[in-house]
Amino acid sequence: MNYIEIALLGLLIICGIAASLTRNLMVSLIIFMAYSVIMSIIWAFLRAPDLAVTEAAVGAGISSVLMFITMKKLRDINRGFTQEEGGSHEEEAP
Amino acid sequence: MKKKLLDFLREWDEGNFEFSMKMTENQLKTRPEDQDRLPPDRSWTRTEVARAAQSEERAFRRLVPVFMGVFLFAVAGFLLYVVTEMPAFGSSGTPANSGEVMRRYVESGLSETGAVNIVAGIILDYRAFDTLGESHVLFAATIAVMILMLLEREEEEPISELRILRNDLVLRNTAKISVPFLLVFGIYIILNGHLGPGGGFSGGAVIGGALILYSTAYAPESLRKVLNLRSYRLIVIAALGFYSFAKCYSFFCGANGLETVFTAGTPGRIFSAGLILPLNTAVGLVVSCTMYGFYSLFTRGRI
Amino acid sequence: MIEMLWNNRIQVAAVILFAVGLTTLLLHRNLLKKIIGLNIMDTAGYLFLTSLGYIEGRLAPIVTEGSTDPARYVNPLPAGLVLTGIVVSVSVTAVMLALTLRLYRRYHTLNLDEIYKAVHREQEEEP
Repeated sequence: MNYIEIALLGLLIICGIAASLTRNLMVSLIIFMAYSVIMSIIWAFLRAPDLAVTEAAVGAGISSVLMFITMKKLRDINRGFTQEEGGSHEEEAP
Repeated sequence: MKKKLLDFLREWDEGNFEFSMKMTENQLKTRPEDQDRLPPDRSWTRTEVARAAQSEERAFRRLVPVFMGVFLFAVAGFLLYVVTEMPAFGSSGTPANSGEVMRRYVESGLSETGAVNIVAGIILDYRAFDTLGESHVLFAATIAVMILMLLEREEEEPISELRILRNDLVLRNTAKISVPFLLVFGIYIILNGHLGPGGGFSGGAVIGGALILYSTAYAPESLRKVLNLRSYRLIVIAALGFYSFAKCYSFFCGANGLETVFTAGTPGRIFSAGLILPLNTAVGLVVSCTMYGFYSLFTRGRI
Repeated sequence: MIEMLWNNRIQVAAVILFAVGLTTLLLHRNLLKKIIGLNIMDTAGYLFLTSLGYIEGRLAPIVTEGSTDPARYVNPLPAGLVLTGIVVSVSVTAVMLALTLRLYRRYHTLNLDEIYKAVHREQEEEP
């Protein structure tokens, strides 16, 4: 057990608490992505390389992408109501 | 200090609904064909009863940070007390690490399954039935998402922002360079599953990620010629059926003491470890199709 | 006791993350935040399970140099169990996100209290 592992554990707890406490949903999702990456490094330290590869591909990749797409869809649904028909193609700050 | 903390916690609890906060009533443009899609009428919230209920709710909400702290510390404290009773971390003398089970798997795993990676030998040979059920869970989840998404009435162009992304030069060139490498890396992980870290799950997820990147950067119509609902059904059902029949054959032969055509072979070769390589390929196909199917269903409402 | 907690620090981290995830899941009102909390809770459980199979100073469970001595490798069983769990948690997340989209399309809010109120109101209006 070396110092890197202790630092990673600290970062993991900080990321977990921050993902819960942040007010902006987008920031929260990005912190959750970082949480998954740190978790995959910890699994490499715990001598479970299969888990590390799977978590890096699945947790940080696929599930975050699904959440981002859900956010996009929510904004599209919301904009379809608040704007006139057909006028929903300009870019909007996230 | 304490007041600041309480204010922060209350803000944490009450904020965060930026989608709903934009929705005020006079912003709504009512269209007659949208009657079934309108948000519910909120005028009843102005009555006396509703106002009393709202003040009660506000008082309850004010207590939520207190609940939160008490709950967090109660759960964490109880579990920490349990952790102090656990055996020391990393010791070899615990019941899980010194018992019969682990010794059996490590000692005879290589000679019985032929897999150099003992974890692959466990999940695809000793516990292959578990993995079969899990592949079916993925299939069932895709069907559930498909049902939920197909119930919606889609507009003509539901992904206007993703269409803007398609003209992004940086994204296109990045995808052009990295998608072939990602695909090759995913196939390597799948085929190398019994020789090193990896296997069907991680390799399938990498391939699914590569397909998602390609579909985001380029027109999804070009990918839909290859991977549409028809080919999705064909691939997934063929993979799950192959898995089931191969394990049926293996269980039947094993129970009756017959010789199977899938032998353990020489450990370390690519064509060794009996059924593990074909089963890894089947699981990888199911996982990659499921991951791309999730993405496609979420963006376009269909595969 | 403090020494015991320090020796088991990975399990302590897993327990703290589990409590954080459970609190977010139960007491936050935003549906997407609830999903993130459930994911944190999942990963904390997997971390706890995996840390039980770790043995100090041993190798990953991949046979090297032809040696199948059990005193050479860590416990491979928790890794095999957790590997299936990670992939299932993704499909659970996808189903929950699809349900969230359906709820938002009908009630136009992510706030669970508002959804409860709207459902209650709809039930009252029906005879």
